[in-house]
Amino acid sequence: MTLEISQRQLDRRRFIAGVGTAALVISGAAILHPVEAWGLEVKNLRPETMLTLIKVSRDIYPHDRLADRYYAIAMKSWDEKSGSDPATRQLIEQGIATLDELAKSKYGVPYAEVGWESERVNLLRQLEDEAFFQKIRSDLIVSLYNQKEVWPLFGYEGESAAKGGYINRGFDDIAWL
Amino acid sequence: MAAKFDQNDDSVVVIIGSGAGGGTLANELAQKGVKVVLLEAGKRIEIEDFVNDEWASFAQLAWKDMRTTSGTWRVHHDFPNLPAWIVKAVGGSTVHWAGASLRLQEHEFKTKTTYGGLQGAHLLDWPVSLKELEPYYARAEDKMGVTRTNGIPGLPGNNNYKVLAAGAARVGYKEFNTGRMAINSQPRADRGSCQQIGFCFEGCKSGAKWSTLYTEIPKGEDTNKLEVRPQSHAARIEHDAAGKVTEVVYFDQAGQQQRQKARVVCVAGNSIETPRLLLLSESSRYPDGLANSSGQVGRNYMRHMTGSVYAVFDRPVRMWRGTTMAGVVADEARHDIKRGFVGGYEMETLSLGLPFIAAFLDPGAWGREFTTALDGYENMAGMWLVGEDMPQESNRVTLDGTAKDAFGLPVASVHFDDHPNDIAMRRHAHKAGAALYEAVGATRTFPTPPYPSTHNLGTCRMSENPRDGVCNKFGQTHDIKNLFISDGSQFTTGGAENPTLTIVTLAIRQAEYIADQMAKNAV
Repeated sequence: MTLEISQRQLDRRRFIAGVGTAALVISGAAILHPVEAWGLEVKNLRPETMLTLIKVSRDIYPHDRLADRYYAIAMKSWDEKSGSDPATRQLIEQGIATLDELAKSKYGVPYAEVGWESERVNLLRQLEDEAFFQKIRSDLIVSLYNQKEVWPLFGYEGESAAKGGYINRGFDDIAWL
Repeated sequence: MAAKFDQNDDSVVVIIGSGAGGGTLANELAQKGVKVVLLEAGKRIEIEDFVNDEWASFAQLAWKDMRTTSGTWRVHHDFPNLPAWIVKAVGGSTVHWAGASLRLQEHEFKTKTTYGGLQGAHLLDWPVSLKELEPYYARAEDKMGVTRTNGIPGLPGNNNYKVLAAGAARVGYKEFNTGRMAINSQPRADRGSCQQIGFCFEGCKSGAKWSTLYTEIPKGEDTNKLEVRPQSHAARIEHDAAGKVTEVVYFDQAGQQQRQKARVVCVAGNSIETPRLLLLSESSRYPDGLANSSGQVGRNYMRHMTGSVYAVFDRPVRMWRGTTMAGVVADEARHDIKRGFVGGYEMETLSLGLPFIAAFLDPGAWGREFTTALDGYENMAGMWLVGEDMPQESNRVTLDGTAKDAFGLPVASVHFDDHPNDIAMRRHAHKAGAALYEAVGATRTFPTPPYPSTHNLGTCRMSENPRDGVCNKFGQTHDIKNLFISDGSQFTTGGAENPTLTIVTLAIRQAEYIADQMAKNAV
């Protein structure tokens, strides 16, 4: 799965006073990440909703070594599912709206603009048993960690049979014991 | 050449399920000249089709048909529709098993005698002893090529084993090595040696690990006495007016109902589907299901006391490299009530790839406590804790009152509560596992809860007295002489050891008995 963006969109963004987090900005129906140079066209959800979803996904499984793009790829399917299933769309939009309401009443800003991760996590804990959170989390545990591109960032080497296994590639190379 | 039998041929033995029990039994009978039709619900997926990719392999191999659960076990909370992680394919769970092949201990065949009256535990001595099974264990070990038997050397230790062994030595354990594994450490029986691929659970790409898929089943087919019918889902066993079973109703690949007549029927669908099939076969003569005059069909469901300990170190381990389970510490497997529980447990190396460690390390967990654990993945070592759990009558497989499968049949519902002994043993094992790793410098340890059950046992237990169980010491049901239980459902109690070797042992012995009974016209 890839995220695509035109250079023109990226260039244009530099002149837009966008809403969003420091790194992610909304331009029309797209979410742009100028630093990582990718964009995500949002077709069925509100772009603000997708931006917040990406933020939520990092707060659920925060890995400082993972770029935003992996979280965006993991959350992209919610936009696709929302196109074919109105109930999913409703669940996601309502869930994010609830989070934003909680954030505004406690911190005076929407969820994505709450400054500390621990504060955002406190908001998520309030929704932990709700279908919205459960669905996002149980989907993310696969859609994030099953991306082959993230495996090397954890040291995991994936497929090995085609390389002859590890019989000659360090199955017993531990040296510090 | 593989045989092809007429569906009206009532001289065949029909075996349902092609795993450790059914696949072995099929070959053993075929070698004796007995005609066998082997019905397997899953597809025939060969070695070249296996994939080194955890979720893709799960989608390819696992039994994913819906089941329901209840009870206080954590699996019900974490995986409500996946009580067991077993395989739906030719070869059954011998496709994804890890290869650990340990004999049960003598006292584990006599738990009622040895453990006494433990409240809430439905203990019973097996109607067969270790001594009676020893010759059959020896044949099973030879057939499967178990390391450290028959002059076969042990497997070399991988990184995960080296950490386990160093920790075991530090805490004073004595009985540890790379285990008795049905994985070739050198070429044997036309199969090559282990290439240290990892991914033992995803189907062995080198064929070094024993599986009925590419050993027993093709050998049986070569006799021209065995016909394997994949994608044939048994739905019901019929009987005649005299009460003997006569044929098996099943759904074929196209979902069409088929029938196969039989002289003998052997059920080996693993300990959830086996009782389900007996219960689904209820009739006016057998209103509680087949072979259920004792009321014990589906009861005493056991799944071993399980748990894992993962540990993170300050330097890399790379536990995923090499044979998954070739590392066993047996010091805690003894029965010693000074530890506060009866029975014992084995400590065995275990590793999961990143996708599965994320899903199973602490199911449902999120936030930094969880993700910093995964950040340490490269520096992680892991062990599985597998011990004897207590049989309880209320731990039970029944037919779900509402949920139906693709054929409109009620799905299996699995109820399970841990016995206090299981909880005490798990607590001890989690602590002992953490101590082992801390002894070699672990900076953090994780007491990981049980996964969906891989060792499903006991739902059609063997008993001396027909009142106490479903089958006799040969797996022959007490009520119906030509109906047999041929998988781990037979286990009277569970023992601490991985059950496959014992299932194969019982299948070899059962084949002798069935052939003998057929020759005598007793069945």
